[in-house]
Amino acid sequence: MFPAPFTYVRPRSLDEALHFLADHAEDTKVLAGGQSLIPLLKLRLVFPRFVLDIGRLEELHGIHEHGAAIEIGSLLRHVEIERSELLRRAAPLLAETAAEIGDVQVRNRGTIGGSLVHADAAGDFPAAALALDAQMVIRGKAGERVVAAQDFFVDLMTTALQPDEILTAVRLSDMRARFGPRTGTAYVKLRQQASGFAIAGAVALIALDASKKITHARVAITGVNGIPYRATGVEAKLLGEVAGDSLITSASQHAADGIDPLSDIHASAEYRRGMAAVVTRRALSKAIQLATKS
Amino acid sequence: MTMATSKPPARKTNSAKRSNVASPAMAAATRSAPFSGQSILRKEDQRLLTGQGQFVDDIRLADTVHMAMLRSPYAHARIVRVDASRARALPGVLDILTGPDVKDALGVIPVLARMPDFKYPPHYFLAVDRVRYAGEPVAAVVAEDPYTARDAVELIDVEYEPLPVVIDAEKAMEKDAPRLHEELQNNVGGTYSVVSGDVLEAFRHADHVVKARIVNQRLAPSAMECRAVLASFQPSDGTLTLWTSTQIPHLLRNFLATTLKIPDNRMRVIAPDVGGGFGSKLNVYPEDALAPFLAMKLRRPVKWAESRRENMRATTHGRAQVQKVEMAFAKDGRIRGMRCRSIFDAGAYFHMFTAVGPTSTANLGSGCYKIPAYSFGVTEVFTNKMSTDAYRGAGRPEAIFLIERMMDIAAKQLGMDAVALRHKNLITPKDLPFTTPAGRVYDSGNYPRDLRSVMKAAGYDKLRRKQAAWRAEGRLMGIGIASYVENCGPGPTSGKPPGGGWESATVRVEPSGRITVLTGTSPHGQGEETTFSQIVADELGVPMDRIAVIHGDTLVVAAGIGTFGSRNTSVGGSAILMSCRKLKEKITAIAAHLLETKPERIVWRAGQLTVKGAPSKSVTIDEVAQAAYRARNLPPGVEPGLEANSFYNPRSLTFPSGAHLCVVEVDRDTGEVKLLDYYAVDDCGRVINPLLVEGQIQGGIAQGIGQALYEELLFDENGQMLTGEFMDYALPHAAHTPPYHCTRSNTPTQANLLGVKGVGESGTIGATPAVVNAVMDALAPFGVLHLDMPLKPEKLWKEMRKAEVRS
Repeated sequence: MFPAPFTYVRPRSLDEALHFLADHAEDTKVLAGGQSLIPLLKLRLVFPRFVLDIGRLEELHGIHEHGAAIEIGSLLRHVEIERSELLRRAAPLLAETAAEIGDVQVRNRGTIGGSLVHADAAGDFPAAALALDAQMVIRGKAGERVVAAQDFFVDLMTTALQPDEILTAVRLSDMRARFGPRTGTAYVKLRQQASGFAIAGAVALIALDASKKITHARVAITGVNGIPYRATGVEAKLLGEVAGDSLITSASQHAADGIDPLSDIHASAEYRRGMAAVVTRRALSKAIQLATKS
Repeated sequence: MTMATSKPPARKTNSAKRSNVASPAMAAATRSAPFSGQSILRKEDQRLLTGQGQFVDDIRLADTVHMAMLRSPYAHARIVRVDASRARALPGVLDILTGPDVKDALGVIPVLARMPDFKYPPHYFLAVDRVRYAGEPVAAVVAEDPYTARDAVELIDVEYEPLPVVIDAEKAMEKDAPRLHEELQNNVGGTYSVVSGDVLEAFRHADHVVKARIVNQRLAPSAMECRAVLASFQPSDGTLTLWTSTQIPHLLRNFLATTLKIPDNRMRVIAPDVGGGFGSKLNVYPEDALAPFLAMKLRRPVKWAESRRENMRATTHGRAQVQKVEMAFAKDGRIRGMRCRSIFDAGAYFHMFTAVGPTSTANLGSGCYKIPAYSFGVTEVFTNKMSTDAYRGAGRPEAIFLIERMMDIAAKQLGMDAVALRHKNLITPKDLPFTTPAGRVYDSGNYPRDLRSVMKAAGYDKLRRKQAAWRAEGRLMGIGIASYVENCGPGPTSGKPPGGGWESATVRVEPSGRITVLTGTSPHGQGEETTFSQIVADELGVPMDRIAVIHGDTLVVAAGIGTFGSRNTSVGGSAILMSCRKLKEKITAIAAHLLETKPERIVWRAGQLTVKGAPSKSVTIDEVAQAAYRARNLPPGVEPGLEANSFYNPRSLTFPSGAHLCVVEVDRDTGEVKLLDYYAVDDCGRVINPLLVEGQIQGGIAQGIGQALYEELLFDENGQMLTGEFMDYALPHAAHTPPYHCTRSNTPTQANLLGVKGVGESGTIGATPAVVNAVMDALAPFGVLHLDMPLKPEKLWKEMRKAEVRS
């Protein structure tokens, strides 16, 4: 597998990277963990003039905690997220999602920023970002801007990120500080058998009050639509109700309401719609169980 | 792959247990026991598991240039014009070949399986005027580096005039179907049939007739190492050396010498370490001749290494049969007759063994049952796809899948128990030797006993009770059974049909007393360096680490056929044994001479030759070797040196058999299949190395699972492959494999000197029907009788939904 010629550029700082992008944005592909870009290059499906390797920029690494606010550098690798003590406590959903991505090799190389920016229709992190109300920190030559996950995913493999911008970090809040002490989360996906990508994947976040009444319900679905979405129909059925099996089952039926599911050789639209309900039910049941225990 | 993941206590299984595994050195220490029968770790492991293997692409020669192929993007098109001027102008590009450049020089791609009355339309090394599948080579580019070669490929301008495409074999037989080969009247390449008994009569008197349409989907063999070639020409003596990832170095040498017009004694083919083949490396491929052609032209070594995308498109595929079958039964469940017509999707051309694969299906279609009237016709059809050819089992899995599915389908339709129906019809030891409808003679096996054994091992009655309990809870458990017999170890050079042939072996005692074994087989991952060492160590009484096994180099190994049809040990191993025996005679003669006694009085004991009744008088093999090469004191008439050469031509094919049992659970919500347990009883004859046999069985089962549940090459109506990489083509992963519980039974065979039957393919043959039968059993509550493979979750989910809607 031999890519077409390109010029490799390795900036020493984020500013250098942004300067380069300012001049060559349209001819450049940004390289982070390389889990999507390198195959595309090798298969000669993309022909960038420049490959801008931001992989060694220290300023994009690391996890920072400021009170209940957590900032995750966009170059954090899946394996680091999976193993981070801080995230396992404050945002276990992210750690659980990271553990479901690809295989060991992919998790060792791939980054959260790369996954979010690539915005694969069946990606794992985008749904988690939606459910957690993650804020995308974006730098461009004009400075920094912050975009909510809800507004970040625009279309199939298209985000709000401009060609001359770089996603530098993901911000979110400590789960329990934000949603209360009885909060549980879960990610359940039905895998496409060859790639392991989601045919349908559901992220659920459930917060309960002392009487088991649902105070927060967030359900985000991946793999079913061109972009991940919040299953608002499910959420509406759950909110304010007392958690229970029949409620979960009936609410899950709305997992693909208003969605025109994808159809391909791996799954028809009809199957994806059915599976959206199944993974939603399973994720909700697990999240509620965890919320009840905590 | 995990080795022994047994859930029940280990004693219930015969999976290799750690404590039973010996390293070659450990085995040497326990010399009193024979090496054969011991689970000795592979001698190959050290290099292969530590990254020291030498595969073709690892070999570096100075001044090597790199070849890349331009392949047709169309499945069927006329080539109007090829303009390579832009590519030629690219710095670093050395040469570009197109079809017309090599048509006369190289001729057509050779085919070994030539069937009477079959049509073999020309198949050129590079397409001439017309392409017939997407991926067919149109041009070969050579450049200083592999990057430039691929850049140049993209600069070649080809004008194609697309032609109508036919990808479905049944449609290709229709009258107005697009025709692939203008010189033929239609797309049928040939037909083959087996007829025995009065089939019409059998059906006339049938109490029940069971019909089905059974599909074996097209698969990608998916060897771990893709194909690769490196060709180097030595102008001083006109020698061409070709390193290639092949299963058949000698056959390739013979064919390529003709193609390239090189004397065969100046053509050397080397198969270094080869990362699997599963039948896909049993061929002369275009690149095998183009790289040497260019190496001779440019006087520089030429290398080409296939990408996985190329491998999926332009390396042969497997299976691809649609069978319409009817079986006639008497009231009591006895089979009266069977008739089947199979449409085989050959792809665009007949490659090396393409034509012969489905004939194996017709020959084996009666499986291990007594079927008094039998008719099986195969029609081999050209379509706009890559050629189909041998793939692990090569026609036999298609036969056993057919008959084993039919036994389950028939049982259901007759209202009989599927096990009872099998027992009613199985060939028993009393029936042996048994002549099959195709005229094959089964010499050994105990099919009823193996079926009982596998059911006992699985705790069949308990499983059925558990299934009932689960069903009451709404859980879908399924139990699937398959009995099989197959044919391995090709095979005698004469017979009907002739196939496979002999194998050669040279065994040499070096002057030091160490032993070199040269085998004509070409193992590529199976571990025969170890197995063969065990055979030689036992026969000559020397430690395994004194033995080197060499294969895959036509200059070093004088003659050979190659590796396919599970023939390495049965044919190649027997040739080695023959040579050992010849050698033993000579060693005995020399020893007797040295000890001043008669050969009859020489006793062999652990590498020592002593005189009967006078144990103090002895010589070692090392001393005999020294004497043989020094040649100062040899018995009269005995030549110097200590080497024996043999060609072994087996008496017949071998007939491995067995019974498999698979337990599954189908997820009611998603249709996903979980394999809960897998039991197998396999009769592969005598076992030389249980560990390697277990590995072959488990790997074979995994591949059978792949066909049953996951794998399928899909094409769109234009002939574009939709599953052209492992992101879309689903191979079973380690996590998909069940806990294995494999045991062996052994009925002796005289088919070869070792009494082995071959084990490379039987796992695959047993597994596919066992898994599908299990899944269909799980879906029985929904009234599903049969579904085509692969049993993907959505397919099962839809059936369950349909049934729920009905009820």
